[in-house]
Amino acid sequence: MIPELGHYALILALLVALVQGSLPVIGAARNDPALMATAVPAALAQLITIGLAFLALTWSYVVSDFTVLNVVENSHSAKPLIYKIAGVWGNHEGSLLLWVLILAVFGAGVALFGGNLPERLRARVIGVQGWIAIGFLSFSLFTSNPFARVFPPPPDGQDLNPLLQDIGLAFHPPMLYLGYVGFSIAFAFAIAALLEGRVDAAWARWVRPWTLAAWICLTAGIALGSRWAYYELGWGGWWFWDPVENVSFMPWLMGTALLHSAIVVEKRDALKVWTILLAILTFGLSLLGTFIVRSGLLTSVHAFAVDPARGLYVLALLGIAVGGSLLLYAVRAPALKAGGLFAPVSREGALVLNNLLLATGAGTVLLGTLYPLFVEAFGGGRVSVGAPFFNLTFVPLMLPLVAIMAVGPLLAWKRADLAGVLGRLKLAFLLAVAVGVGAFWAERAQIMAALFLAFAVWLFVGTLVEWAERVRLLRAPLRDVWTRARGLPRAAYGMSFAHAGLAIVVAGMVGSTAWKSEATALLAAGQSMTLGDYTLRFEGVESAPGSNYQSDRATVVLLLDGREIGELHPERRFYPVQGTPTSETAIRTTFLDDVYVVLEEGEGRGRWTLRAYHEPLVPWLWLGAAAMVLGGLLSLSDRRLRVGAPRRARAGSALAARTA
Amino acid sequence: MTRKRRRLLMVGAGLACVAVATGLALSAFDDGLVFFYSPSDLAANRPAPDRLVRIGGLVEDGSVVRGTGREVAFVVTDLAATVPVRYDGSLPDLFREGQGVVVEGRYGTDGTFQAVEVLAKHDETYMPPEVAESLQRAGVWKPGRDGKAAQ
Repeated sequence: MIPELGHYALILALLVALVQGSLPVIGAARNDPALMATAVPAALAQLITIGLAFLALTWSYVVSDFTVLNVVENSHSAKPLIYKIAGVWGNHEGSLLLWVLILAVFGAGVALFGGNLPERLRARVIGVQGWIAIGFLSFSLFTSNPFARVFPPPPDGQDLNPLLQDIGLAFHPPMLYLGYVGFSIAFAFAIAALLEGRVDAAWARWVRPWTLAAWICLTAGIALGSRWAYYELGWGGWWFWDPVENVSFMPWLMGTALLHSAIVVEKRDALKVWTILLAILTFGLSLLGTFIVRSGLLTSVHAFAVDPARGLYVLALLGIAVGGSLLLYAVRAPALKAGGLFAPVSREGALVLNNLLLATGAGTVLLGTLYPLFVEAFGGGRVSVGAPFFNLTFVPLMLPLVAIMAVGPLLAWKRADLAGVLGRLKLAFLLAVAVGVGAFWAERAQIMAALFLAFAVWLFVGTLVEWAERVRLLRAPLRDVWTRARGLPRAAYGMSFAHAGLAIVVAGMVGSTAWKSEATALLAAGQSMTLGDYTLRFEGVESAPGSNYQSDRATVVLLLDGREIGELHPERRFYPVQGTPTSETAIRTTFLDDVYVVLEEGEGRGRWTLRAYHEPLVPWLWLGAAAMVLGGLLSLSDRRLRVGAPRRARAGSALAARTA
Repeated sequence: MTRKRRRLLMVGAGLACVAVATGLALSAFDDGLVFFYSPSDLAANRPAPDRLVRIGGLVEDGSVVRGTGREVAFVVTDLAATVPVRYDGSLPDLFREGQGVVVEGRYGTDGTFQAVEVLAKHDETYMPPEVAESLQRAGVWKPGRDGKAAQ
């Protein structure tokens, strides 16, 4: 009964989407307030119907309703509850339902918090959201119905792939989708602006918070995914240039460019046409990601089950959305009025350079990701494009980007004094050179590592210098500095945190790629192996049952200079339902490095193979990503961006609170 | 600076970026591309011995021989041709006889494939598309529902 209700709710959602995609848009074109007023209730009804469908599927998972095919294929009655719930989106049909649910959440968000948007703009934005919803709801209903039934129901399910039975599944996909789908709002705003024929500073101020929110989620989603891959796959790596990683990274690059060009539109009324294009391309790349993951065209750890019909459907959606919006762009963009002028050396100029580098970087990633498809289509056989390609193309393009990131925020709008700014960055330059030379001195072979480390220091110190200049640190009395520091807008802190965060991430990348070491040994209980400065003493393996698996759990004592500093427990698990073994790594993390141990297959006579990695600075990756997310959140909480905040009522309630 | 000159400058900067990226990409294609061979391809068309390539197929039943430490030798087959593989490294959890596998490495002049990496397969029933295709061409594997191997 419940699955039928869910299915019914999903059909209703499609009908609501048809209304949402038509009436408000027609109303906006005819300037008919009654028709435009349908936008808000339609967006809310969309959220309620899809929400019900999602709850119905979740319910089927929680009670292990094996009359539902999707539950049979991806769940098992013995699976822990958390993975039953997270398993809802651990498969193609369920994750698509999550996709449309998040789309509806954002649509309802615009309906609820967009009260101060001009009515026509809001109607159009919600209408465009409706179009996207029509595409994906029909995709779900006609090719990937999550509520399909089986008769007779099997006694139990086939269980979820054990690699996915991890807490990472609970957070990584929803976060990533919030990011992907969140860019649909920027896209809808861009299309609405093209229909409207007007882009101004106010438009940019409305788009920015939504773009920023999506960017925060995507940043967090990518970082969580990277961390998950790091500890789950057991290879000690955190990024593999896997096609599916790339397709989440491309919208991030474009979205970052969009975030910065929207600032120029807001502050200086320039770069409007470019910003619209970026909004379209960012969401286009998100759709491309959806297409690649669900078409099975590229080999990947993430590939869902392959079905040509589905691939074709998403390809058609992608073609219509990107082709249609680019056509609209070509027709309408020339009519948009160009805005403020600026000299090449100015903050605008630096942001343009940022945009160009990010867009080119995204282009090289796109080329590397899709190249195998082109080669195959033209009969060139199967190829794969690996990490060396990206390291030789994408990475060099990012060096100048990091370099200008420290300079840009110090430049004035319109026209800036580059020599003066560089003079103020003397400290950053000296420290960067010192660290670079020091790193080179310590290890001659790693010249690239030394270079990148120097750039990271340059960016980090440059960001600090910018903040210090703004609060007049060391130039004004401390009390003055304190007042200034408190008075700085949160958006300024947001920028500082995000930029410094990236510097920390870059340092983490350098450390874990250049100075990583590995050791492997076949050990009997009591024997030891060395890993850099560490010694690992193997104490043996004991078998123990887990919730829905059988586990061989090793005990490894970690020693540094003969002193015991910790105990690690890598595991090998066997999941009987799917008949698959997995390894669970054990990681000892400090601020500066990770010691990472994997238990491999035993040799039988009490000897086991241990594989261990020493990964310097890896924790900085997560730390830096967290700083970037925090920066985004700070910026989002800036009152300037809280366009929905009715200031007068706020002042009134504060007054009321004081008198009470 | 006039609007026209500014636009020219921006277009110029954009073109410069694209030119640099194209140059980097072209030079990276020389050694960043890894071609895929099935065992039959390998017999027909041998890659240069120092060239990194991928091969894929099934691990032949009864062919896995473990040496001292982590050394292992096995045979990859598409049921039409076979390639002996040598490897010294970590095998993925799901590596076993009769299962699909993708191996990256170099094909030596002695006819042995020296593996650099045996690629992880993350699902019991998931067949890497390259392997599925080469097996299909050899006429031994039929795609089942959802492209999963029919057991």
